Amino acid sequence: MKKSSRDAELKPQDPKPIKIELVSDPMYLCGARELVSSIAHRVGFGDMECSKISLALDEALCNVIRHGYDKATDQPIWLTIYPKRPTDTSYGGIEIIIEDEAKQINPDTICGRDLQDIRPGGLGVHIMREVMDEVQFEKRAKKGMRLRMSKSAPRPDQAPRIGQRSSSTNPAQRQVS
Amino acid sequence: MAGSENDFVQVESPSSGVSVIVPTEDIDMSRSPVLRSAIKEELKPGLDRMVIDLSQVQYMDSSGLATLVEAMRLAKTSNVGLHLCAMTAKVRAIFEIARLDAFFSIKDTREDALSA
Repeated sequence: MKKSSRDAELKPQDPKPIKIELVSDPMYLCGARELVSSIAHRVGFGDMECSKISLALDEALCNVIRHGYDKATDQPIWLTIYPKRPTDTSYGGIEIIIEDEAKQINPDTICGRDLQDIRPGGLGVHIMREVMDEVQFEKRAKKGMRLRMSKSAPRPDQAPRIGQRSSSTNPAQRQVS
Repeated sequence: MAGSENDFVQVESPSSGVSVIVPTEDIDMSRSPVLRSAIKEELKPGLDRMVIDLSQVQYMDSSGLATLVEAMRLAKTSNVGLHLCAMTAKVRAIFEIARLDAFFSIKDTREDALSA
């Protein structure tokens, strides 16, 4: 894929993103979940938050497969994950971009179902919005859709990291391991 | 991987009229149809109680939730008591995000579910 405009927004301290091409087969969802969970862990999220971020990614990919590609298992999905280092003003976080060549829909029509109306299905968008700080759908220029989701890492004293613990609450003193 | 997509659900019958469904792997879009089939197969005449033991499930997505919502509806129409039990914290969190924790009968242990 071409270098995206998002890449141009990278700050010098930010690690380069990882970009992978998936095929729209549900059997690979587990691999995508593991990948995003591992990266989320490295930028400061605790186990529970990593699991929830994995869930948000899973729901996004399932929606592409189920609704975008009508369950076709041989279509492309591009996943890009941007780890964000802490700065003077933030504790870092993670941004996830999912792009596809599926049918385009008006982003304004994408919404979850009423949670009071308990029935199978329709929970994916609600889960994504509940878990992530920002969820934004848009049409890609020629075909397909793009989903951008981001979540800020918690303060270190709110969610200690496994393997590396920082007692500082100064964002700039946190390290991305 | 410990099991294929088709054998990750175990079914036990501890007593007459009681079925315990035990998924042994994570439940996502690739595995939910297998769980759905297993549940439907057990919801047959003569069944009074169904317990779904989630102790071995570390992860579930909304397709798993949808499968269980459908199971609850089928159980109610069949007058079968359906109980979920032994959820891990991460799976329970997913029920809470979807605000489904109050919709189901959720017990801490299998014993609690069998005696509820």
